[in-house]
Amino acid sequence: MQDMKKLAQLLKEVEDQLVVCMRCGMCQSVCPVFAETGRESDVARGKLALLDGLLQEMFKDPTGVQDRLSRCLLCGSCAANCPSGVKVLDIFIKARAIITNYVGLSPLKKIIFRKMLSQPELFDRLLEWGSKFQGIFVKPVDDLLGTSCARFVSPLGDRHFSSLAPEPFHRMVPSLDTPAGASGLKVAFFTGCVIDKVFPRIGTAALRTLKHHGVGVFIPKEVGCCGIPALSSGDTDTFNKLILHNLKGFGSRNFDYLVTACATCTSTIKKLWPTMAEELTPGELDRVKALAEKTMDISQFLVEKVGVKPEAAGETGEKTLITYHDPCHLKKSLGIAVQPRTVIQANPSYRFKEMKEADKCCGCGGSFNLQYYDLSSAIGKHKRDNIVDSGCSVVATSCPACMLQISDMLSQAGDRVEVKHAIEIYAESLDKK
Amino acid sequence: MISQAVIKEFERILGKEKVFLDETDRHTYSYDAAVLEPVLPSVVLRPTSSEELGRLVRICNENSIPLTVRGAGTNLSGGTIPKKGGAVVLTNALNKILEINTEDLYAIVQPGVVTAKFAAAVEAKGLFYPPDPGSQAVSTLGGNVAENAGGLRGLKYGVTRDYVMGLEFFDVNGEIVKTGSRTVKCVTGYNLAALMVGSEGTLGVFDKIILKLIPMPTGRKAMMAIFDNVIKASETVAAIIAHRIVPATLEFMDNFTIRTVEDYSRVGLPTDAAALLLIEVDGHPAQVEEDAAKVESICREMGAMKIRVAQDAAERDKVWEARRAALSALAKLKPTVVLEDATVPRSKIPAMIQALEEISRRFNLTIGTFGHAGDGNLHPTILTDKRNKEEWHRVEAAIDAIFDKALGLGGTLSGEHGIGMAKSRYLEKETSKGTILFSRRIKAALDPKGILNPGKIIGE
Ligand SMILES: Cc1cc2nc3c(=O)[nH]c(=O)nc-3n(C[C@H](O)[C@H](O)[C@H](O)COP(=O)(O)OP(=O)(O)OC[C@H]3O[C@@H](n4cnc5c(N)ncnc54)[C@H](O)[C@@H]3O)c2cc1C
Ligand code: SF4
Ligand code: SF4
Ligand code: SF4
Repeated sequence: MQDMKKLAQLLKEVEDQLVVCMRCGMCQSVCPVFAETGRESDVARGKLALLDGLLQEMFKDPTGVQDRLSRCLLCGSCAANCPSGVKVLDIFIKARAIITNYVGLSPLKKIIFRKMLSQPELFDRLLEWGSKFQGIFVKPVDDLLGTSCARFVSPLGDRHFSSLAPEPFHRMVPSLDTPAGASGLKVAFFTGCVIDKVFPRIGTAALRTLKHHGVGVFIPKEVGCCGIPALSSGDTDTFNKLILHNLKGFGSRNFDYLVTACATCTSTIKKLWPTMAEELTPGELDRVKALAEKTMDISQFLVEKVGVKPEAAGETGEKTLITYHDPCHLKKSLGIAVQPRTVIQANPSYRFKEMKEADKCCGCGGSFNLQYYDLSSAIGKHKRDNIVDSGCSVVATSCPACMLQISDMLSQAGDRVEVKHAIEIYAESLDKK
Repeated sequence: MISQAVIKEFERILGKEKVFLDETDRHTYSYDAAVLEPVLPSVVLRPTSSEELGRLVRICNENSIPLTVRGAGTNLSGGTIPKKGGAVVLTNALNKILEINTEDLYAIVQPGVVTAKFAAAVEAKGLFYPPDPGSQAVSTLGGNVAENAGGLRGLKYGVTRDYVMGLEFFDVNGEIVKTGSRTVKCVTGYNLAALMVGSEGTLGVFDKIILKLIPMPTGRKAMMAIFDNVIKASETVAAIIAHRIVPATLEFMDNFTIRTVEDYSRVGLPTDAAALLLIEVDGHPAQVEEDAAKVESICREMGAMKIRVAQDAAERDKVWEARRAALSALAKLKPTVVLEDATVPRSKIPAMIQALEEISRRFNLTIGTFGHAGDGNLHPTILTDKRNKEEWHRVEAAIDAIFDKALGLGGTLSGEHGIGMAKSRYLEKETSKGTILFSRRIKAALDPKGILNPGKIIGE
């Protein structure tokens, strides 16, 4: 193991933010991981204390801290509730990068991030093969949710996962450049990996909606992942590469807003691109900041810029009961909770009903789900219970990653509840307009 | 150090996953919410049943292993810092509400039940458990009992002590001791609960707590009285009580706190006011109206510039949002926050507030003051950066001065945060040598090896 003094020096970068934590413990009340385990190292206060310990050179080996740091959904619930305003996510993400750079990326992650994710074309091709051959390895389990499970013993365990789409979104719509219509607005659309590869129907619904409202759309040929999987594992190299790749794609093209239908992408582009991008030239950084400024969740765009309003409570026959799950990255990170509900309520065929703890994390957390599946699904089960208790037959949300997790949970429990994106719900209503 | 054989014994009782030995895990149990140096325990144990808890206590005693119980670790006096190392025993897996009795108005709980969850469960049955420490969203009932925690409603409803009807606890030998009962009246035997409440884990380990419940008041009304003079505001506190009205809550906020809260949460506080009183009366709706009107007129007579009476629940929530934001708002200004707990007889609040202003000037420190003025319990909050050694010395000196003043005014070292490690050295100042010796004899009789939370309250 290398010199711990050096690591402590590297961590000085976060020291000023670390000392802000007054160890009050209030984060315990909202941390979904702590709620399952009751372990102090699983809650923000404990992790911050551990980082402080590293900084004070109290440990012989940083991997213990690295492990505990990875047991976190990066859901931001703690930060949203912290009396002291500790920038928990910034600290965790930065510290993960510092420690990972110091001890090195695991060989598996190296392959996934450096050899696949950071080369979007190769990544696309790999997953397209995957989509063709997935039938050999997996079998469908739930027609309503479109989930499958492994046929053989597999590293995926007993997950019920949403299958890869037969045709990814970027094949259906390789690029797009339509002029602003009646709205006078033009947006760039950032697809995001999960929508592209698993739920292209969300992308299609978004495009239909934008077209309906006379919004011009630009989709560049060259886009990749927003980079959060790499960043949250501490791989800033890949993260930076992906930002540059995307920057090239969106280029200096003129558009009013950058819109996404993925809560995680929105918060990553808006909050993490400008603050966590290193090694960019000042010019590039300025462009990243300008792009971040313009970035919006699609329901926010529809409500705030296009003027979508909830439908008046007119009776139009049978209504389907629908509820909504707040993705952490939308509500806690960006404070967007009303707009997606408005968009859903704009479809008169549905009746909206709040579920209990609508803004409680679903437990997905990206790589957290891969690394700590048991914990992730224990958290997900509470979400499932709340969805089922609401008595709704559809649950909507605004993040495709949440959709994967919720589908898994509902499918495993054998519940007949559909999982949809808020924009799909809205797009359905356009047929009748 | 704890021998391998004992560790094996712990693992046999609890299973390996509930025995934390890794240094990173142990590190996360070396601190609490007090601004004190951390101390690493040798092992952390997480029992999930009473039986396990009792056995752990016994083994620790037999092997002379210091044992510190930990609820949520939110105490502000170092009560859960394992001063002598040894074992930290967690209660957060002992978190069942065993019974809520709506006929006889009591509840039986395990010590790890989170206060706010308990209050909500009780409320769902139309009943009321008033103690509401600011930390209630995470603090445990065991921790509340051990600290005799109070809250915003202390003035009218008292503190945790006033709701403990009975206790079952493990003595240091791991034998169960029962005191009190489910009856409202009970004079059987020594009043051991009176000794155990506030004992900060130094005399025994709570296993079950019987708590008194009361009917939920049917009416509430809140108001904000705005003053251009701190002294007038603080004199109003005593005046209200002197008029034989006991509000449920009577909170104070100084100008610095008002401005900070307003900056932070924009609830519409008058930033030019010298001080605010936030007052809530509750009870039967008719009585509430009468009391609210009386309080309003007293405030006017005492020279309040303005009084805002909350017209509905939303406005009332706003008043309390402002108060609850106080610590958060102050905490955001500087890295280190020292939330003190000076408490004086109500009539001495004006003098105490004046003294705090003087201390802030003398030591050149930023101190925001807010708190439960109705019961004389102020929270002067010092904003600093612990890393600035020179300033930190001044902070320590200011804390000494604050306690001297509070004691000089006939007050006490702690209204609700306990003594723990943080204040044990002041104890003699408030009490006497004899009191400490007497307390130490009790401790020695009940815990001859001194393994239960050593070094707390009465020192060593
Ligand atoms: C933001 C904030 C606001 C606060 N507001 C208030 C307030 O308004 N009023 C107030 O009174 N306090 C307040 N506090 C202080 C603190 O929350 C209380 O002292 C609370 O009662 C501690 O509960 P806990 O579960 O965290 O106990 P811990 O901190 O874990 O333990 C406190 C003490 O109790 C002992 N203990 C815990 N469980 C047991 C058991 N089962 N048997 C025996 N001993 C046990 C511990 O050994 C320790 O000595 C506040 C703290 C914070 C951080
Ligand atoms: S709530 Fe904030 S200040 Fe309090 S312990 Fe958690 S991170 Fe620290
Ligand atoms: S980000 Fe979420 S999971 Fe991580 S510590 Fe905070 S609340 Fe817990
Ligand atoms: S946030 Fe998730 S779905 Fe969106 S682009 Fe990034 S990895 Fe893909």
